[in-house]
Amino acid sequence: MLRVDITKQLGEFSLAASFTSEGRVTGLFGASGSGKTSLINTIAGLLRPDRGTIVIDGETVDDTAAGIHVPTWRRRIGYVFQDARLFPHLDIRQNLDYGRRMNGLTEDPAQHKRVVDLLDIGALLDRRPGKLSGGERQRVALGRALLSKPRLLLLDEPLGALDESRKLEILPYLVRLRDEAGVPMVYVSHDAAELRQLATQIVMLRRGQVTAFGGVKVLTAGV
Amino acid sequence: MFEISPTEWTAILLSLRVAVIATLVATPFGIALAWLLARRDFWGKSLLDAAVHLPLVLPPVVTGYLLLLTFGKRGLVGGWLADHLGIVFAFRWTGAALACGVMSFPLLVRPIRLSIEAVDRRLEQAAETLGAAPWRVFATVTLPLALPGVLAGMVLGFAKAIGEFGATITFVSNIPGETQTISSAIYSLIQTPDGDTAAARLVVISVVLAVGALVAAEVFARRATARLHGH
Repeated sequence: MLRVDITKQLGEFSLAASFTSEGRVTGLFGASGSGKTSLINTIAGLLRPDRGTIVIDGETVDDTAAGIHVPTWRRRIGYVFQDARLFPHLDIRQNLDYGRRMNGLTEDPAQHKRVVDLLDIGALLDRRPGKLSGGERQRVALGRALLSKPRLLLLDEPLGALDESRKLEILPYLVRLRDEAGVPMVYVSHDAAELRQLATQIVMLRRGQVTAFGGVKVLTAGV
Repeated sequence: MFEISPTEWTAILLSLRVAVIATLVATPFGIALAWLLARRDFWGKSLLDAAVHLPLVLPPVVTGYLLLLTFGKRGLVGGWLADHLGIVFAFRWTGAALACGVMSFPLLVRPIRLSIEAVDRRLEQAAETLGAAPWRVFATVTLPLALPGVLAGMVLGFAKAIGEFGATITFVSNIPGETQTISSAIYSLIQTPDGDTAAARLVVISVVLAVGALVAAEVFARRATARLHGH
């Protein structure tokens, strides 16, 4: 479960969002400049809300009234950025293992194999990020986030930097992830078609305000 | 011409020892300071930045004299260190290392700072979302990615340390076997009649060491850069 009720002023732009989502995939939908990325960064703890609360999986990670702000690295979230942000000095195997090491988790070969198979990245393990295509990089980034065993997976336009054919290459993996990985996700996109395929709930944002909340049918109503 | 006398050997080995120790001891401080200057905002930051660069712009004899006042046997810090820890800098090779470390510090810090500034902060952010505490972000992402700059800074600092003259001779004098480095040996030799040949030998050795350091820096930087670009 994810509960968000925050306001945040960023220069001229004010963000005010309030919603509670039980869905497996919460889609944050809106045009560019609607505040989607600021909202997901606030959930990640990269931005600190001016006022309000954020509750992830029953744990209050932000509560301005109580002075609570759990730093990003202790939130046990996974974050897949638009640009994969793989560590260039580590090979793919080390990239995938990074979250496990940082969280002090014991090795879990079964989970490792499941994620590697799910994302079809077994052949890439000994390569360097510089040698990968955009789509491959994004699949590794997904695996890296999953293998840190997050309570919540945040995805900020993970297909945004890919061309149409690459998008179609990745989308089935995301569907499988939703159905098999068992980790709730927040998925940011400005592409209604993408969200119709993936999301179970939609938060619609416009100029920093939530304008609609509900099932995927709000996409049809809103557009 | 190329028979190096025992006195000259002593000076060469001493110079190497002084420069190696100065560089190794200064590097952790240099990295910490470079990180502070590159990544943190705090009160007095420009003052600290200026202080780091001071040895570069002050006359070396002034730096040496200030070291003597501070770290000499009756100096504020030097007296305390001698009484409590038994560490003496005055007229010892350790003092030469201190002088060289201070004089080469700005050259050490600058490349490290630049390379830390060049590390993509989005990668540090990604590390944080994967559960890395700030110090581990530094140890596993920032520092490895800044490694070419760290190596370049170390080599530059070493090259400066091995040639340092003014501050060293002011602080710890020119005692053969204890504080007489290559530079002070050359200085002594060109003041003695018939010292020219020996001086020339040491000059050649200085040039070789300096050029060697620059070549090493270049090789390190290339290797590290290739590694970091994910190839």
